[in-house]
Amino acid sequence: MTTLLEVEDLRVAYGKIEAVKGISFSVEAGQVVTLIGTNGAGKTTTLRTLSGLLKPLAGKIIFDGQPLNHVPAHKIVALGLAHSPEGRHIFPRLTITENLQLGAYLRDDKAGIDKDIQRAYELFPILGERRKQAAGTLSGGEQQMLAMGRALMSRPKLLMLDEPSMGLSPIMMQKIMQTISELKAQGTTILLVEQNAQAALSLADHGHVMEVGNIVLSGTGQDLLHDESVRKAYLGED
Amino acid sequence: MNELPQQLANGLILGAMYGLIAIGYTMVYGIVQLINFAHGEIFMIGGFGALTVSLWLPDGFSLLAAIPLMIIGGVICSVAVGTAAERFAYRPLRGAPRLAPLITAIGLSILLQQAIWKWYPEAKKDRTFPQFSGDPVHIFGADVQRGDFFLILAAPLCMLALAYYVNKTRTGRGMQATAQDPDTAKLMGINTDRIIVMAFAIGAAFAAIAAVGYGLHNGQVGFKMGFIMGLKAFTAAVLGGIGNIYGAMLGGIVLGVAEALATGYMADVPGMEQFGGGAWKDVWAFALLILVLLLRPQGLLGERVADRA
Repeated sequence: MTTLLEVEDLRVAYGKIEAVKGISFSVEAGQVVTLIGTNGAGKTTTLRTLSGLLKPLAGKIIFDGQPLNHVPAHKIVALGLAHSPEGRHIFPRLTITENLQLGAYLRDDKAGIDKDIQRAYELFPILGERRKQAAGTLSGGEQQMLAMGRALMSRPKLLMLDEPSMGLSPIMMQKIMQTISELKAQGTTILLVEQNAQAALSLADHGHVMEVGNIVLSGTGQDLLHDESVRKAYLGED
Repeated sequence: MNELPQQLANGLILGAMYGLIAIGYTMVYGIVQLINFAHGEIFMIGGFGALTVSLWLPDGFSLLAAIPLMIIGGVICSVAVGTAAERFAYRPLRGAPRLAPLITAIGLSILLQQAIWKWYPEAKKDRTFPQFSGDPVHIFGADVQRGDFFLILAAPLCMLALAYYVNKTRTGRGMQATAQDPDTAKLMGINTDRIIVMAFAIGAAFAAIAAVGYGLHNGQVGFKMGFIMGLKAFTAAVLGGIGNIYGAMLGGIVLGVAEALATGYMADVPGMEQFGGGAWKDVWAFALLILVLLLRPQGLLGERVADRA
């Protein structure tokens, strides 16, 4: 197995407040790795640093053999790292098709882009039905599908999903999680950040539990799912 | 004699000028939420750039042939100053409290006015701008000065080109994305710094084209011309719904026509006799702004809802 992403002693701060206090983990090609933890644990900060929106204070990020520390955000997607951000952040006044096209902003193969848009419509039929609608008119779950479809449009080597189930109805959440496992089955490498620990751990190869800026526990998805402290803290059992 | 066609023609020409300048306000605001109060001076610089080119040309050079060269000269000057302002005055203040770039813009505006006043030859008074000779053309019941056909042609052409650019090209799409959500635009691989420079450059180029129209219309350019024109164009941008490029042109036309009609007809309204004529036109223009802000604060074509979820 080849290591796609290697994070070493990563520290990130907002002003003087350190939100990520030296974490290390790696993602192997073909794996689904999840970061779980409560609000404020530093999960989103980690992803935003990986995609260049935040600058690390210290530490190393090596993606596909290349250090990312000083690469500006707009150049990172070209290296094969796509990020579907927390809160979905679709472009509300553009149509669904236009949103998907923006996901392929740096690609030049028109035919390939059109094919991938069709693939996104197959993955999420509702998007195909509403392709000409402004994305802002979609429901939360549909917007999440669009955000995921858009991130896939760059044909990433690593797909980062930040809280894909946040604020969704149980049915919609199930649908999103099912799509993630479909993507996994197709061999997509995924770094998944979730508050829904149960769902995330069930489909992850590896998981890391974050608490106030640190990784406090790591293991395979199944191990963590059966770990007593995890069950207590994150799965709502006493 | 029926004056209506004449007033409408005057209003449209003035409105085209406002609209072209307003594009610069609205595009920059749409992308970086900055009101570039130096934009009026960028317009003025374009006028002087075009004037300079016309002064370089030999005597007897046809004005019609000179106009494309004057446009190029004006556009180069405006774009150079506009993008330099972005790079050196506004970019370092990105992320600063909003008041900081606003004050910077006002300072920049004074700086540019005074620089022209001090260093452009004989610019302490208005300088004569080349004029088309010949009588006005009688069209649809109005007399239109030959030079005004420049704006009548340039404004719709510029709008068509801009609509094509924004909707059909990749950078244009990137511009819309950046306006709606800059961080996410970066995640798509969009170089948002470059998009911001493009917005300043397009706005400056349109202002320079408007300045050529202004020179041909008024027969002169001066270091102060950007102040009131900038203010009116800003009004037009707000009137149309700031951030909306079509709104900027619509706001410009509405403002220009309203001004012309108020100038022509206000004196005929019983009780308003003393408020007619050109001296009051700015009052009516800004009264219209206040009215729109009261009744439709988002502007004519503005978005009502904040849709940044």
